[in-house]
Amino acid sequence: MGVRTWIEGWPVYRQFSGDDGLGRGAAAKSRVTAGLAPRTRTADKVVKSVCPYCAVGCGQNVYVSGGEVTQIEGDPDSPVSRGRLCPKGSASLQLTTGPQRRHRVLYRRPHGTGWEPLDLDTAMDMIADRVIAARRQGWQDEVDGALTRRTMGIASLGGATLDNEENYLIKKLFTALGAIQIENQARI
Amino acid sequence: MAHAASGPGPAFATGPADAAGGLDPAASSGYADHPPRMGFFTDTSVCIGCKACEVACKEWNAVPADGLDLTGMSYDNTGALGASTWRHVAFIEQPAPAVPDSVLPDPGGPIAGGDGVRWLMSSDVCKHCTEAACLDVCPTGALLRTEFGTVVVQDDVCNGCGYCVSACPFGVIGRRESDGGAHKCTLCYDRLGDGLTPACAKACPTESIQFGPLDELRERAAGRVTELHEAGVSDARLYGADPADGIGGAGAFFLLLDEPEVYGLPPDPVVTTRDLPRIWRHAATAAASLAVAAILSGAWRRP
Amino acid sequence: MIQGSNMAECHPVGFQWVMEAKARGATVIHVDPRFTRTSAVADLHVPIRAGADIAFLGGIINYALSNEKYFRDYVVAYTNAATILTEDYADTEDLGGVFSGFDREHRLYDMESWRYQGGAVRPAVGERSPAETRAPLTAAEMRKVRRSGRGEAHGSGGAAAHPDPDTDETLTHPRCVFQVLKRHFARYTPEQVAEVTGVPAETFRQVCEQVTANSGRDRTTAFVYSVGWTQHTVGVQYIRTAAILQALLGNMGRPGGGIMALRGHASIQGSTDIPTLFDILPGYLPMPHAHGNEDLETYIAAETVAKGFWANTREYMVSLLKSYWGDAATAENDFCYDYLPRLTGSHSTYETVLAQVAGECKGYFLFGQNPAVGSANAKLQRLGMANLDWLVVRDFTLIESATFWQDGPEIETGELRTADIGTEVFFLPAAAHTEKDGSFTNTQRMLQWHHTAVEPSGDARSDLWFAYHLGRRIRAKLAGSGDETDRPILDLTWDYPVAGPLAEPAADAVLAEINGWDSDGKPLSSYTQLAADGSTACGCWIYCGARADGVNQPARRKPGREQNWVANEWGWAWPANRRILYNRASADPDGKPWSERKALVWWDADKKRWTGHDNPDFIADREPSYRPGKDATGVAAISGADPFIMQADGKAWLFAPAGLADGPLPVHYEPQESPFPNLLYDQQHNPVREILASPRNRYQPSGGQRGSAVFPYVATTYRLTEHHTAGGMSRFLPYLAELQPAFFCEVSPELAAERGLEHAGWATIVTARNAIEARVLVTERMRPVRVAGQVLHQVGLPYHWGPNGLTAGDAANELAHLSLDPNVHIQEVKALACDIRPGRRPRGPALLDLVRSYQRRAGITAKTGTEA
Repeated sequence: MGVRTWIEGWPVYRQFSGDDGLGRGAAAKSRVTAGLAPRTRTADKVVKSVCPYCAVGCGQNVYVSGGEVTQIEGDPDSPVSRGRLCPKGSASLQLTTGPQRRHRVLYRRPHGTGWEPLDLDTAMDMIADRVIAARRQGWQDEVDGALTRRTMGIASLGGATLDNEENYLIKKLFTALGAIQIENQARI
Repeated sequence: MAHAASGPGPAFATGPADAAGGLDPAASSGYADHPPRMGFFTDTSVCIGCKACEVACKEWNAVPADGLDLTGMSYDNTGALGASTWRHVAFIEQPAPAVPDSVLPDPGGPIAGGDGVRWLMSSDVCKHCTEAACLDVCPTGALLRTEFGTVVVQDDVCNGCGYCVSACPFGVIGRRESDGGAHKCTLCYDRLGDGLTPACAKACPTESIQFGPLDELRERAAGRVTELHEAGVSDARLYGADPADGIGGAGAFFLLLDEPEVYGLPPDPVVTTRDLPRIWRHAATAAASLAVAAILSGAWRRP
Repeated sequence: MIQGSNMAECHPVGFQWVMEAKARGATVIHVDPRFTRTSAVADLHVPIRAGADIAFLGGIINYALSNEKYFRDYVVAYTNAATILTEDYADTEDLGGVFSGFDREHRLYDMESWRYQGGAVRPAVGERSPAETRAPLTAAEMRKVRRSGRGEAHGSGGAAAHPDPDTDETLTHPRCVFQVLKRHFARYTPEQVAEVTGVPAETFRQVCEQVTANSGRDRTTAFVYSVGWTQHTVGVQYIRTAAILQALLGNMGRPGGGIMALRGHASIQGSTDIPTLFDILPGYLPMPHAHGNEDLETYIAAETVAKGFWANTREYMVSLLKSYWGDAATAENDFCYDYLPRLTGSHSTYETVLAQVAGECKGYFLFGQNPAVGSANAKLQRLGMANLDWLVVRDFTLIESATFWQDGPEIETGELRTADIGTEVFFLPAAAHTEKDGSFTNTQRMLQWHHTAVEPSGDARSDLWFAYHLGRRIRAKLAGSGDETDRPILDLTWDYPVAGPLAEPAADAVLAEINGWDSDGKPLSSYTQLAADGSTACGCWIYCGARADGVNQPARRKPGREQNWVANEWGWAWPANRRILYNRASADPDGKPWSERKALVWWDADKKRWTGHDNPDFIADREPSYRPGKDATGVAAISGADPFIMQADGKAWLFAPAGLADGPLPVHYEPQESPFPNLLYDQQHNPVREILASPRNRYQPSGGQRGSAVFPYVATTYRLTEHHTAGGMSRFLPYLAELQPAFFCEVSPELAAERGLEHAGWATIVTARNAIEARVLVTERMRPVRVAGQVLHQVGLPYHWGPNGLTAGDAANELAHLSLDPNVHIQEVKALACDIRPGRRPRGPALLDLVRSYQRRAGITAKTGTEA
């Protein structure tokens, strides 16, 4: 920064030389303040989304910079929400990027007193084994002489915060496995 | 006090006027060709107390969470505006006023029954005063009048002296322990530059918080008061909308359904630096030397 | 009318439309036990006793009928008011509060006597005898079918088939529905309403006048409800009562009318449409029952209806089976119908918990669900989980259901020891909505697509990824199995394209399967294209068209301001992108709008088509004057003047001849636990409510029974704006936790004085299940109500809290019992008798002693509260 620029940037200089005789406006504006820009302006992309909380289905714009979500706010185009969000919807950035989120698989062995790390691949393999075993163990080909072809060994709860496509695969998979105790929050 | 040495003191009565007859604070702050003065009109009669404004403000401005205390003050666990609360929704439970006949149109006739209780909700915010004491007392130039007529704290300039905290007639501004700086609502100054609506107003589900050119907001607010009066809500009144009040009118004003005190607002706020011009004339010489000392000692930070 | 809902608090952004309507002159009435943020901006708040809404709404029905305030033209043309019932029908008026067909021993109804007179008589949905070639079901088998109570099946409950009953359009026949209705509701007088509900007669009169004056040709009234109506042992009948009223007032299928269910989760509507529910398959097709649905033919025979769109059940079912099993599904093998598991009763989440406690159910998946806090009788939920072999928790953070073995309340009371709990727990972090593609279905049946913004980090994955890869692994492990029971999983179509470093399956490809395709693999555009011969596949018939022309319709985002007020180019709503159901009813029988002011769709005689602001929910080219021949079936049998095209008779049902387990008309019954006797009938409770008795699920005495005074107050649970359900998405967030930082109860100053409760102090709330502590908010917003001449105090309990998170507290669900609505198996958490006392609850085993002492004082045994 040249001396001239430095001096011209100096509030007192600006105060004397400009219209802001009191030095509380234009003359007092710091370089940082002058350079302020909303972080949404520099977002690499704006992704259309839907609020994940209640069922009103408010539109959200998700701003992404450098591979990170930097802001989530209401989508003014939505005829449902017209750009507005409630406090929960407004907290979507914290929900999705906050420190409360866990990013690693945790495992508690039977009778264990604490969590242990486990890699995802191993966890998936163990779960697949357990599904097969519990399915067999709880299998009922018939009940009181009537064909049932089902397993009572496996149950599932959840889905109301999930996508339709996710629920579709869950229902399809578990039905093919013969599991019938497949439920979600809609029951509750 | 760099600026104290440089002029005759705050020019409360001599600045250019805005369309409503009040002062044009941006023009008197060196912005010759400035955008219209922007502000908030918070219509508490349609507030549902959801606190979206509080959260949207914190998310946008990265204001930290500040406590997990159950206050017992109805659903208000925020308590008051401060360094880490730039929007605060007040909840007031009170006996209901007599219900006007016109609330339910005939065929129902006048309402009988009901609960005898009224629950007022109001989202409070920095008033962005036309005559802003925080601005007057700030010794570092950290407090700034923007081209939109709003008042912001420049974090990079603020030295945390706290003069502004005691100067504010509304108790809006506060010092944050974690960084030592003074903080308050900026009316999302960064967003305004891009033509965006401040985060709180954008989120507000019921348009209780309205953002726009102050002239338009004042006009709309006056119409809303008339409408409510015609509907029998005779207690409806504006707060901070009058350029002749003790702060020269607020850039963020309110429609209230009861006395300001009920909402925790001072009934007749006066800029705390009203007497300063007289004081400053006497102190000018001393202030000038103080300013030189301050520059030499580096007490103000370079932008 | 907002009743059973706290819309401003629980759906704030949706509430903008209520505020806008109010600004335009609408009157907003909020009926609720508590004065909430909704009440604060309503024109009128009506404080009502929790659990008394049927009496209140029944009173409005009585008012409309006895003052001739119903919309007669609409009622005669569009409802079953004129339909004549058989002589076998006996009403609650005749039988002391129960209907004909009641089997007291088994606590079930035989619905034969509720049918219409004349026409082709068929028994009720899901409860019919199998095809005539088979022996009729035995009484015991029939009971099993009834216990399944597949209340969601067929969505509208519209499948009972009496397509052509006898009618009397003068509405004077003593056995016509209109006269039956009049007689049934005659006892719901303003005086009785006041006694039962606590609503003063004058306030009630005003509501009656407002609702009826704002209904008719030129005006409509809308009802909004939420779980304040569903979470009762008579929950479905709450909604039925509103449906009767709205049909009588001509408010269905019309703009500004209807009954809006405000649902609480982003895709809870979608998870009902494409169900993760035990009793239905996608598109409200009933899950096969072991009795009556033995093969495809008996299933179709039992579940198909002669008239209307449910006549095509075979097309829907075969297309679903094709989407599940693809080429393996052939006409010869019944399209793999035998691969479907069968029900033998209710297998809801609450029966499952008992099965876990009993050691029968060994493995449990939780997908974004926290039953340790969010399900009734939370202790029972945890005890069930503690008795599993393994548990998989997929969530954002360590919710209580993931950590119960470590720090759950039972560890503190000594009921469980960590080292004794054998449950193997897998916690798998879930991807957020910003980290995956997919569609949510909102509360208006509208699908909206959300796009991936960023990849999930670490081990976080979408549930799509989890389900797909789990299935892939299981199939790989079972490959080559000769076990015939493994065929369904091995023959399953499971070949979704994956992409990216995480091998994420393509959600759009799954949507394509849900939408369906023809034999050439071309996307279908409407469910009317579905075929019964196996030439079409469709994963959910009501979603057919969501990917019409291969375009992801839910991803459409034409800005609302560039469209008309219906905005049907934003997202996609089922069925067929229609935004208001049964909207043909917005026009009169001749196809003209009832009034210009309320025009929505109408018949364009020149173009010979239905047209309007919305997509008509009707056969597009069916003339209003069309009348089917006597032999017409299916869609051809729908008259041009029958708007209710999913109903077997095309009419709105004032009287439900089938589909409901607990009666053709709503009846005010007291909640499972109530301090009051039923003032309207001798029958205290819903006689067929579902009872799940267990040592951990004791019920309290009610009404005049000895010991009921031990629990003199009524607690009601609810949500706050600042939190979300069981708290997993709110209690852990600083910005939300700070706004409501403690579990509290709300009580009136009168109750506080009576029990010595201090504002901002602590109180302990006790039921026969458990005791919890909460901070106390003493507020005038809680008003005692006068019921049966006595003052009743109600206690408000937000249910978001549990032991984990930034703000922790006891879970209100600790107090709740498992006594369920018999149609949909939903728990009663909106009206629970309880006691409240000052101070914190005991710690450790002393907590159990406190609960036991209450049980003893109330004389509670295994039998208490289980009577019909």
